[in-house]
Amino acid sequence: MLFRILPKEEWYRFIDSLLETAEVVGPKQVASDKTGKPIHHYLPVKSATELDLDYENTEYSAKTYFLPYQETLSEYKFDEQDWSQEIRYRLQPRAIVGLHACDINALLKLDKVFISSYFPSPYYRSRRQNTFIVGIDHDPCEGGFCRSLGTDTVTHGFDLFLTDLGDRYFVSIDSDRGYTALQQVDSREVTEADTREYLEVRHRISEGFATQIDAHNLANLLDIEFESDVWKKWGSRCMGCGSCAMVCPTCYCYGVTEEISMDGESARRIKQLYSCNFVDFARVAGGHNFRPDRSTRLKYRYYHQHRGFAEAFEEPKCVGCNRCGRACPAGITPPEVIKDLQDEDRP
Amino acid sequence: MKTVFQPYDVTQEAEVNEPLDFKRRSRLQHVDRTFKSEITSIIQLTEMEKLFHIRIIDHAERDRFTFRPGQFIMLEVPGFGEIPISLSGSTYQRGMIELCIRKVGLVTGVLHRASAGAHVGIRGPFGTHFPLERMKGSDILLIAGGLGLAPLRSAIYYVTENRPDYADVRILYGTANPANLLFDYQYEQWRRADGVQLSIIVEHGDGDWSGPVGLITDLLPDAGDITRDTFAIVCGPPVMFKFVCNWLSDHGMPMQRMFVSLERRMHCGMGKCCRCNVGSTYTCLSGPVFDYWTVMNLKEAI
Repeated sequence: MLFRILPKEEWYRFIDSLLETAEVVGPKQVASDKTGKPIHHYLPVKSATELDLDYENTEYSAKTYFLPYQETLSEYKFDEQDWSQEIRYRLQPRAIVGLHACDINALLKLDKVFISSYFPSPYYRSRRQNTFIVGIDHDPCEGGFCRSLGTDTVTHGFDLFLTDLGDRYFVSIDSDRGYTALQQVDSREVTEADTREYLEVRHRISEGFATQIDAHNLANLLDIEFESDVWKKWGSRCMGCGSCAMVCPTCYCYGVTEEISMDGESARRIKQLYSCNFVDFARVAGGHNFRPDRSTRLKYRYYHQHRGFAEAFEEPKCVGCNRCGRACPAGITPPEVIKDLQDEDRP
Repeated sequence: MKTVFQPYDVTQEAEVNEPLDFKRRSRLQHVDRTFKSEITSIIQLTEMEKLFHIRIIDHAERDRFTFRPGQFIMLEVPGFGEIPISLSGSTYQRGMIELCIRKVGLVTGVLHRASAGAHVGIRGPFGTHFPLERMKGSDILLIAGGLGLAPLRSAIYYVTENRPDYADVRILYGTANPANLLFDYQYEQWRRADGVQLSIIVEHGDGDWSGPVGLITDLLPDAGDITRDTFAIVCGPPVMFKFVCNWLSDHGMPMQRMFVSLERRMHCGMGKCCRCNVGSTYTCLSGPVFDYWTVMNLKEAI
C-alpha cells in the first residue's frame, strides 16, 4: 500500500477532476429527522461542496449502485413468431466517494458471491470494474457493531481511502487508477508527523466503539438454537416488510420477473432485489410454502447472515452497520436478537 | 489532464469468445444468455401434464448441450418468465430435450397453450445428478411418486440403456389416481427390459384399475431384498420420500446410498438469487440431487 497526504483544498480539485470523466456519488444530506439529526443518502453530486464527508451513516447502503433494486437482465424483441435476446451491461464510469469501511467490506463480501464463486455475474462485475471507490475513516456510528465482526477496518477493495487529519487527508492508495487519479492534484509525501497523527486518529476511532456483539462461535450457536423460542418472540414482532434487506449492504437475494411492453413488441427480464422476509420467498409451484411463518423467515435471515454465508465463505455476511436495526419498524436489532439467543439456556 | 477512467467492457474479455456452455461454471460469460430452442412436439400425458420435445436451434449449441440424469434447466418463455424444469429424457439422445411439465402457474400455463414450432429459451443444465456411475454393479431401486417420475425417467433411461452394468433394477411408481399415471405408454418397454421389475400402485383405484391400491410404501416389502449394497433413487413430494427413505433405512440401507431430488423455485439456477436455499444450502448448486443423509442434516429440507 502506498500513502500520500492530500491537503483539503486539493480535495475540491480532486472531485472536479473525477467529475470530468465520471459520475460522482457521495454522502449528501437530504433532510433532518425530528431530533434535528441529519439524514444522508449516497447520491450523485455536481461538486465537492455538495458532499458531507462528516456524515455518521446513511439509511440506505451504496449497494444499489452495484445491485440496483431493479435491473434489466435482458430484453426480448418479438418478430412474428420469433424473438431475439439482447443483453447490455452498464459501462459508464462512476466514482463513489466517502464510503465507510463497513460498506467497502460489504462490497468485498458481494465480490465473493458475484465475482469469485461459480457463475460470476457480468452485470455486477461490469459495475464494480467501472466504479472508482474512495473510502473514508470515521468515528464509530451509533449502534454500529462492525468492530465485533472485524469490518471496522479495510485493507483492500477501494482505490483510495482517506483518514481525516484536520487540514489534510492521509490517503491510502490501493490501485493503479487510484494513484493516477491522485496525480491529477497536488499531494505530497507522508512525513513522520503525519504517520503519528494518523495512528492517533486510528486509535481514537478504535477505542470509540460502544456497541458490541459476541460473534464468537455464532454459527454453531445458531445451529443449536434452531428450535429456540427466541425466534418466535422476535418473529411475532416482524412485519415481513423487508426493510432490513433493502437497507442491508450485503443482502443480495432477488427474484426475476418479466414484463411485456404496452405495444406487445418487446419484453424485459427484470431482476428485482427481494427479501427473505417476504411471505412468498420460498413458495414453490403448486402453492407450497417452505417458510410460511414470519418467525422462520426471520430466522432464515439470521442464518444466512451468520451461518450460511460463513459456511460458504468463512466469514459472516453481516458487516455490523446496524442499518437493518435502525430501519426496522418493529425495533428488531441484531445485537438484541443475538444476545437473546446467547442468553437462552445459558447456565 | 489525463483521463482517469477508461470504461471497462466485460464483454471484451477472453471468455466472451468462448462458446456459451453452462457446464463452464467458473468461466461462463453471459449468464443470462438463453439457447433459443424450438418446441418440436407435444404429447398430452394426462389432463394436467404434457411432455414437450424441445430442440436447440443452433447446431453448435445443440451439440454442446449434454446433461446427466437429475439435472435441470431454466426454461424461458420470453415475456412470461423463466422456470426450473427437470430433464426427463435420455442423456444419449443428443439434440432433443424432453421436459414433462404440469400446468400449475403462469409460465406452465402459457406453455400448455403453446403449439409445436413455438420458440422458447433454455439455460443449463444446472445442478447435481444421480451418481449412476457409482451405482454400477449394484442393485438399484428407482422409486417415484406422482410428478417425481419426471426426473426419475432420465435415470430409468440411463439404467436401461446401460442394463449390463447394473444388477437387479426395480422401479416402483405410485400416483393418486390411474388418470394421473405419467408415461403409461412406456411401461411395457421398461418391463420387457431384461431383469427390470416395474410395480405401480395408485392411492384411489377406479373401475378399470386392476393393480394394487395403496401408498408407495406398500410396494416396498415386495420389492426384493434390501442389502447394504443396494442403491435407491427416490423422487416425489417430501412427505413421500421421507416415508420411503425411513423405511429403507429401517431395512438396512445406508442413508448415503439413497438419493432424492428436492424441489425449490429457482430464479437463477446459479447460486445467486437465494430463492432455493434450504437452510444455507443452494439447491441449484449443491442439489437438486442430495443423498438422504445430507437432506437429514439440512434444516427445513422436508
